[in-house]
Amino acid sequence: MTAATPVISCKNVWKLFGANPEQYLKSLTGNPGFDEIRQAGYIAAVRDVSLDIAKGEMLVIMGLSGSGKSTFVRCLSRLIDITGGEVAVEGQNIGEMSEKELIDLRRNKMGMVFQSFGLLPHRTVLDNVAFPLEMRGQDRHARRARALEVIELVGLSGREDYFPRELSGGQQQRVGIARSLAIEPDIWFLDEPFSALDPLIRREMQDEFLRLQEMLGKTIVFITHDFDEALRLADRIAIMKDGVVEQCDTPDQIVLNPATEYVAKFTEEIEKSRVVHAGVLAREINGHSLTGAPISEKQTISELARLLVNDNRDFLPVANAAGSLIGAMSRQEALDVLLGEAS
Amino acid sequence: MTDQTMTFSGKSQSWTRAKTGWVIFAAACLLALGNSVLPAGLNRPPEWLVLPFADWINAIFAFLRDDLGLLYLTRAFADGVEWLLDVTANLLYGKNRWPRIGPIPWTVIASIGFVIGYALQGWRLSLLTGGTFVWIAVMGQWKWAMETLSVIVVAAPFSILFGLVMGILAWRSKTFERILNPVLNIAQSLPHFAYMIPVVVFIGVGPKAGAIVTIIFSVPPMIRMSLLGLRKVPHEVIESGHMCGSTRWQLLRHVRIPTARTEILVGVNQVIMQCLAMVVLASFIGMPGLGQKLLQLLQALKIGRSVEIGITIVLLAVMLDRCTKAWATKQPEHFEKGTSFAVRNKFLLLGIGLSLACLALAQFIPLMDQIGRRDAFTISKPIDAVADWFIVLIDPVSQWLRWFLITWVLIPIRDAFLWMPYAAVLALLAAVGWAIGGLRSALVCLAFFGLIAMSGWWDRAMITVYTVVVAVSIAAIMGFPLGIWGSFNEKRASIALLICDTLQTFPSFIYLIPVVMLFGVNDVAVVGAVVLFAAVPLVRYTIEGLRQVPETLIEAADMSGATRMQTLWKVRLPMALPTVMVGVNQSVMFSLFMVIIAAFIGTQDLGQEMQRALSSTDVGKGLVLGLAVAFMGLMVDHLVTTWARSKKEALGLE
Ligand SMILES: Nc1ncnc2c1ncn2[C@@H]1O[C@H](COP(=O)(O)OP(=O)(O)OP(=O)(O)O)[C@@H](O)[C@H]1O
Ligand SMILES: [Mg+2]
Repeated sequence: MTAATPVISCKNVWKLFGANPEQYLKSLTGNPGFDEIRQAGYIAAVRDVSLDIAKGEMLVIMGLSGSGKSTFVRCLSRLIDITGGEVAVEGQNIGEMSEKELIDLRRNKMGMVFQSFGLLPHRTVLDNVAFPLEMRGQDRHARRARALEVIELVGLSGREDYFPRELSGGQQQRVGIARSLAIEPDIWFLDEPFSALDPLIRREMQDEFLRLQEMLGKTIVFITHDFDEALRLADRIAIMKDGVVEQCDTPDQIVLNPATEYVAKFTEEIEKSRVVHAGVLAREINGHSLTGAPISEKQTISELARLLVNDNRDFLPVANAAGSLIGAMSRQEALDVLLGEAS
Repeated sequence: MTDQTMTFSGKSQSWTRAKTGWVIFAAACLLALGNSVLPAGLNRPPEWLVLPFADWINAIFAFLRDDLGLLYLTRAFADGVEWLLDVTANLLYGKNRWPRIGPIPWTVIASIGFVIGYALQGWRLSLLTGGTFVWIAVMGQWKWAMETLSVIVVAAPFSILFGLVMGILAWRSKTFERILNPVLNIAQSLPHFAYMIPVVVFIGVGPKAGAIVTIIFSVPPMIRMSLLGLRKVPHEVIESGHMCGSTRWQLLRHVRIPTARTEILVGVNQVIMQCLAMVVLASFIGMPGLGQKLLQLLQALKIGRSVEIGITIVLLAVMLDRCTKAWATKQPEHFEKGTSFAVRNKFLLLGIGLSLACLALAQFIPLMDQIGRRDAFTISKPIDAVADWFIVLIDPVSQWLRWFLITWVLIPIRDAFLWMPYAAVLALLAAVGWAIGGLRSALVCLAFFGLIAMSGWWDRAMITVYTVVVAVSIAAIMGFPLGIWGSFNEKRASIALLICDTLQTFPSFIYLIPVVMLFGVNDVAVVGAVVLFAAVPLVRYTIEGLRQVPETLIEAADMSGATRMQTLWKVRLPMALPTVMVGVNQSVMFSLFMVIIAAFIGTQDLGQEMQRALSSTDVGKGLVLGLAVAFMGLMVDHLVTTWARSKKEALGLE
């Protein structure tokens, strides 16, 4: 495996629910729509999805309820067998893995947080969190130490002996997060992991995730309904509708150049200026004479709003983190993003 | 015809069905009316139709026993069970067997009872559990009760284990489940005695046989509940187990079974209740204990003493039921951090402490060790006196009732049932089946009763049917109004339901005590016992059905100016009917069981033959008779569930 190999790579992944999906899929020609498949008595939860996820990337999946997000993530971890296509993890086709290989993969590489938590009701918080370690056969002592560590991390210290039933929804969710963290997975699937948390803890957990990802280079697939959260976390966002990934791109591209009408509608309500970074608007310098202090490519247009309004340069120099110039941003274009296109 | 009906819409389809039903019904009436001119072959099953099922079954059993050597296997298993029985018998009532340390003083067992009750639910249950043991000891019934309990202690774990394993297998393999399902259906409608005969053949009589028949009899509900529990484990819990890298075994052991805990424990509860019911009845195959005593006392018409034993059995039943239910519903709770070992394990320590104290005291105070018959209390004298007084008081009524029932109800109806040509009965059932579920149900009815006709026990079977029909009708006449009355306010309903639930935990044998007391040993007593036993589920489901009627419907009726009676007749009862019918179904099942049990106080139906088969250990005959009873139950079950399903669909309840 070279550095360029994607950690997860899907090719034409299909997942149909119904009586005899494999056969039905083979009989399909062309690209039938969701309703057409529905007519035949099948539910198309994932339709012909191809995408690669690079090491250390955070991919956020968004879409309306029932669009197939959870199902897609289950396909990636082979919790459900896919109907067609191929999913490879670190270059290995997981559809062909034996049960033993799959168990090894999950014990050592993968973690998942479930939408409705999936806690074991008869085990205490501590035993729930230690469960994956127990399955690996770690000794009691090491298990306990590690579990306490992650419980502390999610802020549940002091509640180790509680049973899931005795916790609030948000606390239960944090137990689920702690459990998935216990084995320090390289690949991490998070199905609406923060949906039950209050805004304060949610923000803390987001920061924690960003820190972990930066520090340990984890690959994360993250489902959320919250666009702000997606913006804070995402390297790329995939937008799903009726099982199809309509667009998978950086947040800037999604708001600036929506690939389909659906994506455009989906992102309509979002203030573009809060998403788009100066770096994205930077064009080749092409002989413009640039004067004055450069702006950072990491800044969003809304952060630059005051400057844009007050400045009188037509083109602003844009620099990267190292300080070298990477291009020029048209002030007019930036103002269009900020204020909406002049009609 | 059927092709045509299929194309009709729902309404006209049922109309056609009803019409076809009427046509067949008319044919049945014709057959019945022409009784006197009917050829003999249509009146009673002709000889060529009667197949020697019993001989076939006997041949199979002989093959299993002698040629396959299954006898050695069963005997070996039985010896293992016997060894365990000896251990518990020594511990509980001092039978002279290894480990020869018993009997445990009664105070020790009672104090453990108190602690377990307290740990499970609190002081009320504690009083019930401990109090039961105190009562048993004080009334001088310790040895009998311990004989009974020592069997349950051995049988229940076996049943639970078998049931769980079979449940897991059925859950793993669809094919196995498909095979198991009809077997379970039949097994759960076979009367108790049908189980005893093969066991007597393979194992003989005595406690060992009693334990084994108890094990076999109580497995089915455990299988059902395990399967249900395993199916109900939430999807995401299993997936989270997968993502934690569990192997299949780990998943079963650590995720599925613990998560299915509640259902499995409900299964345990049912197993224990079935065990108790069976152990009491196993007295018929020489099982000593409370059942045997009760049987002897009832036959000798010693009412006071049988009431005492009856109370003990009831107390045991209620106690076992409440304890296992409390265990099933008990949810784990955490201890605060830093709780000391003593507090965490307080019940364990308390139990050990109390037991040791009682053990020590028992060395010095003999009464705390054993209470002999001579020291025991008895309340049989006053009970006898009250019973005598009461019987004398109501004697004119009960005499008249007996006379009335026998001459004007029981005998005419029985004669009518026996007068019916079997062809007419079959046609009648086919008509009912068709009206309810079309061709399929008609065929099901014909198959079940056709087999009964072919078994050669038609007349006996008709007497069983007549007893059940009469008993369920009387039970319905009493039970429905009681249920309706009970459902009118919430408080009354919950009390009535509690009483019904408690009555349902009683082993069926208990119901014989009051009727024998009132009517003596005869037909009326049998019908009385069956009526009592059958009324309980009727009342229960009537209340439940009426309570489930959506509030909005009743409000709508009120707003349309309906009187209470109108609301009851036009809204509540029709809506409740499907649930009520479940009660009728159960009521019929219970009656069938009870009729067979009541046989020993004198009937001429299948039950009496079953008793004969038991005493001559005729497996073939016993199983044929048992299956005949089971088929009656299964037919009613089929009709009622089919009817209730279509009714519920029509009412939009599901
Ligand atoms: N086991 C199943 N059998 C049949 N259909 C299923 C199954 N699981 C999911 N589906 C269907 O697949 C579609 C996608 O479901 P999925 O759970 O992936 O949606 P989602 O995007 O995660 O929605 P949400 O945001 O509500 O969690 C839905 O229409 C659902 O009904
Ligand atoms: Mg989902």
